Amino acid sequence: MKTVFRRPSALKDISMHYCPGCTHGIIHRLVAEVIDELGIVGKTIGVASVGCSYNNYEYFNLDMVQAAHGRAPAVATGIKRVNPDNVVFTYQGDGDLAAIGTAEILHAAARGEKITTIFVNNAIYGMTSGQMAPTTLLDQITTTTPYGRKAELHGFPIKICELLATTDGAVYVERVSTHDIKNILNAKKAIKKAFQIQLSNKGFSIVEVLSSCPTNWGMNPAEALLWIKENMLPVYTLGNYKGKDLEV
Amino acid sequence: MKEKLLMKGNEVIAEAALRAGCRFYFGYPITPQTEIAHYMAKKMPKMGGTFLQAESEIAAINMVYGAAAAGARVMTSSSSPGISLKQEGISYISCAELPAVVVNIVRCGPGLGGILPAQCDYFQAVKGGGHGDYKMVVLAPSSVQELYELTVEAFNIADKYRIISMIMGDGILGQMMETVEFKEKEDIADVDKSWAVTGTNMERDNNIITSIYINPEVLEKHNQKLQKKYGEISKKEARVEIFNCEGADIIVSAFGTVARIVKNVIKMAEKEGIKVGLIRPVTLWPFPNKAFEKYAYVPKAFLTVELNAGQMLEDVRLALNGKNKAYFYGRMGGMLPAQQEILDKIKEILKSGGDTHEDCF
Repeated sequence: MKTVFRRPSALKDISMHYCPGCTHGIIHRLVAEVIDELGIVGKTIGVASVGCSYNNYEYFNLDMVQAAHGRAPAVATGIKRVNPDNVVFTYQGDGDLAAIGTAEILHAAARGEKITTIFVNNAIYGMTSGQMAPTTLLDQITTTTPYGRKAELHGFPIKICELLATTDGAVYVERVSTHDIKNILNAKKAIKKAFQIQLSNKGFSIVEVLSSCPTNWGMNPAEALLWIKENMLPVYTLGNYKGKDLEV
Repeated sequence: MKEKLLMKGNEVIAEAALRAGCRFYFGYPITPQTEIAHYMAKKMPKMGGTFLQAESEIAAINMVYGAAAAGARVMTSSSSPGISLKQEGISYISCAELPAVVVNIVRCGPGLGGILPAQCDYFQAVKGGGHGDYKMVVLAPSSVQELYELTVEAFNIADKYRIISMIMGDGILGQMMETVEFKEKEDIADVDKSWAVTGTNMERDNNIITSIYINPEVLEKHNQKLQKKYGEISKKEARVEIFNCEGADIIVSAFGTVARIVKNVIKMAEKEGIKVGLIRPVTLWPFPNKAFEKYAYVPKAFLTVELNAGQMLEDVRLALNGKNKAYFYGRMGGMLPAQQEILDKIKEILKSGGDTHEDCF
């Protein structure tokens, strides 16, 4: 009998804790499928961050390190410098990466650390119950912007791909989304390329994945996916920002 | 023949680390310890190691976290304000039980303070500068030779107990040149690091390095395990120098460079017929309580001299547990006590007792 679908070996057989409709689970699976397909389960080390995905070290069947809030790129730097033959990735949310960890991600990119970052952007702090993130859209209502995010009070959303693409050390920068099947398949392609870039020792690679947060957005899962399409895509333009034509 | 060199304290720390097998150093510039980074930057690449100047102290300590998690002998160094920034990482590394060496060449505070010598980070080092119930082994050398020996020792202790060893010196020690005699080969303990993240290679279950335990029962057990380890270290690793204490009229306690000043005071006092003893804690944690218990009833009083407002003094008082009076003399802000000042204080105590609380200026 031909097996047409199975759990990637890079994921453990364990229920995830994510809310219904959250796309973290999909992104975990995409990362795991890519690691399986590249045959690097035995040499990959993941770095979990602080946010909803803080304990994904329990889900990935890989050597894992849990890092302090925002510091995953620094921790990954330490690991990769010790064991350059390992494949090292960080998995970070937008509060972790784009607020408290801005310095660490920018400098890891600028140094061209040979690591891969999976950056999950859902425009809000999920774990701490829906506060404004640096990526929160203008007029978006959160628990700390109950009247909507106002540019004159709260500033503007940070566009990480556009920012990191300016560094010489970042060689592959792409933004993808999870709001429909076509985009999920595209996301997997980008994640695979990012890991291949690391395997070919070219430099820093990052994939920003637009993600939903039905719980803190106050929507059902279907509405949340539609909200990504209608509200996030106009601000966070999908596509490759750097390294599209890099040979791997 | 053993190699004998004239070297600066900071450079000796770096050289000792390299001799101890440290091949990863992450740091950020700050006076008065930057020579450690300079030395590492020069030597590390030639030895196949990594020197990395991080974007911040916070990044540096987290790089240490990563490198230690990957099983390396790793070090960072800084000075007081920088060590404050590292406290987050220090707490995480302690909880995750990773071995690492952190050097603090202390300068005067609080705030940005000044760059001159002080011992005002004693509380931060031994009472837990970061959050949570954790301990570091804190070693306080008082000479360049001892900087070398204790730095090598710091790596062995860190690996043995999966703990942070901190070398705590001051600007005098870091900047001073003295002769140092290196061994031909260091005694490096070969320890099991099968817990490290190196990739499973499909040959074992995955390793996880973490400092979060959401389940309270699990976290309490983890804390109990840490405390048990700290208890064992307290029993086995306390180090102290006891000098001239038998039949002493007064026993002075001091650590690091201050203890050297006190040794000169002992000579001056001898000429005046006063016998002064010295208890010099070499480990500030674990604190050498037994030395104080042993000599508690010997002198008329104890005097603690520090470059701060009276921090080790509290541990001296705890160790004496009311068995004798504990006086204090301290200087702050980068100022040092002259030998005569300390001798005058000793004479004042022996003559009239004086106030045990307000002797800091």
